[in-house]
Amino acid sequence: MGKITLPRSGLYSLVAAAYRREPKRWGPMLTGAVILCLLLFIYWAGRNFNPYQVRILNLIGINIGLGLSLNLINGFTGQFSLGHAGFMAVGAYTTTLLMMPPAVKQMNFFMVPLISPLDEIQLPFIVALLLGGLVSALMGFFIGAPVLRLRGDYLAIATLGFSEIIRIVITNIRSVTNGALGLKAIPAYTNLWWSWGFALLTIFVITRLIHSSYGRAFKAIREDEIAAEAMGIGLFRHKMLAFTLGAFLAGIGGGFQASLLTTIDPNMFRFILTFEILLIVVLGGMGSITGTVIAATIVTILKEVLRGVEAPMNLGFISLPGIPGMRMVIFSLLLILVVLFYREGIMGQRELSWEGLFGPRNGRPERGVEA
Amino acid sequence: MILLQMEGVGKNFGGLTALADFNLSLAPGELVGLIGPNGAGKTTVFNLITGVYRPSEGRIVFDGRDITGLRPDLITRCGIARTFQNIRLFGNLTVLENVLVANHLRLRSNPLEAVIRWGRYQAEEREMVAYSRALLEAVGLDHLAEEEASSLPYGQQRRLEIVRALATKPKVLLLDEPAAGMNPAEAEELMDFIRQIRKDFNLTILLIEHHMRVVMGICERILVLDHGLTIAEGSPAEIQKDQKVITAYLGVETGA
Ligand SMILES: Nc1ncnc2c1ncn2[C@@H]1O[C@H](COP(=O)(O)OP(=O)(O)O)[C@@H](O)[C@H]1O
Ligand SMILES: [Mg+2]
Repeated sequence: MGKITLPRSGLYSLVAAAYRREPKRWGPMLTGAVILCLLLFIYWAGRNFNPYQVRILNLIGINIGLGLSLNLINGFTGQFSLGHAGFMAVGAYTTTLLMMPPAVKQMNFFMVPLISPLDEIQLPFIVALLLGGLVSALMGFFIGAPVLRLRGDYLAIATLGFSEIIRIVITNIRSVTNGALGLKAIPAYTNLWWSWGFALLTIFVITRLIHSSYGRAFKAIREDEIAAEAMGIGLFRHKMLAFTLGAFLAGIGGGFQASLLTTIDPNMFRFILTFEILLIVVLGGMGSITGTVIAATIVTILKEVLRGVEAPMNLGFISLPGIPGMRMVIFSLLLILVVLFYREGIMGQRELSWEGLFGPRNGRPERGVEA
Repeated sequence: MILLQMEGVGKNFGGLTALADFNLSLAPGELVGLIGPNGAGKTTVFNLITGVYRPSEGRIVFDGRDITGLRPDLITRCGIARTFQNIRLFGNLTVLENVLVANHLRLRSNPLEAVIRWGRYQAEEREMVAYSRALLEAVGLDHLAEEEASSLPYGQQRRLEIVRALATKPKVLLLDEPAAGMNPAEAEELMDFIRQIRKDFNLTILLIEHHMRVVMGICERILVLDHGLTIAEGSPAEIQKDQKVITAYLGVETGA
């Protein structure tokens, strides 16, 4: 287990001393303080950031939720799923179709009209989101039932296949999805409060779940299926629980993304999208919540920063044409490097915790059940 | 009264008969040894009882209920727990967490209650932690509760695996070569430990051992397997004198 060394400056020793005296009291207080700071920052950012920066901040929040939902399945339960883009697509389309005003629908569906109850329906954003999550969870349930009996590589291939099937079905049922044309002018409800609310709520739910008896059962399955089953843990039931909850959260994340980007089409939900979320999970550490939060932030920002490499470049003596897809090449290389040389990712299975930062055994992350 | 009964149980892997016409009756409170050379079919017996394999023939009755072909987790819920020949701990989890996992089968709160932590979940979690800590204390592993299971020395890992099985609150405990890889002194200490838990937890135990000497002192009754066949059954004294057993063992032990 790696040691985290920290500067032992004045403020640090002050907080550490207080924490060590009453960890049960100071732990939640510190967490509350961090959340408060975050909310203040979001408030401030909403007023001072330019629209481009706000968009990135929104994407970070959504990607935290998406990364955690995949980490629940892949990192904590050890079921290597590659189907996230499919669930996001289901959530994005369901949410969009349920909240888009009928007039905008009519504008979008100029080739093939939208089928009947859908063309009239307009639900509040939150209701549409939840229904998007539920439809995605239902999809996860029906896909999970056959594929979660598979192991390892087969599971990865099967979920990838289902994700592609979902995308192709969406492309083809034009009277529901508008096919390859996609949907435009989606109401832009997603704002910093929504996306970060989603992030915080996901962090809360996953943290609580992972630190509960169910979370221990998930990790036991990850560590050794045969032993877990011999301890009375129903493998299928628990895998389904993780998979369906992951699909639910992915669906909601997809809904937020649709309303942030205001336009969706089937091509957005190719494997590359799953790959981006997977990169966050692997880079942060399979089985680390704080790792995913950190990696989601890094990857989202990096993706924007690297936008430059796809633009035409003029180096004075030579001008290069823009290479679309260059960012993904860089991300792929990054993933390969992580897997080859840094398999644990940023955090491994560890967590940043107050106990780890300030506890008497500084450097040893908090473990056990009180967390 | 019979707690666990196997009637004419057999298991084939393709052309290989790993176990044939196996019969076993365990009365409550008994400690029975299952011995035999490597590849005799001992672990296969455990895998059949615990549902890892489905018998090719025969049936298995536990506590008056036919459990043949039942799923492993459901069999554990019925009251049969086991350890593995090659230790199978949850390596990245702590010692305490390993034991806690084995409490999960008694949890009644649903996942939502576990997340919200309202109502009965908190009480159940406290109870699980208290019970697991008490178990660890009873076997002298409590000072290691927060250590990672994989960091324990070999002997402690074996013990932890037994404690983890105990946490499911079994009636029957199946131990697969728990003394494997131990020197005679350690093996003797482990046998004392097994005697102790048998008494403290009112257990019925089926114990696999590769080395005959280890089981002689602890078991009332011994079954001997060789090439999937039961070649002898009786008290340790009878087994020691049995010509077929001597041949089976001499053939192996001099060859090894
Ligand atoms: N899953 C399996 N597939 C094929 N053969 C197996 C399997 N499990 C056990 N066997 C075979 O069954 C025989 C008995 O194995 P086992 O019960 O493990 O022996 P023991 O525990 O007495 O050493 C061996 O020949 C072994 O190779
Ligand atoms: Mg064996």
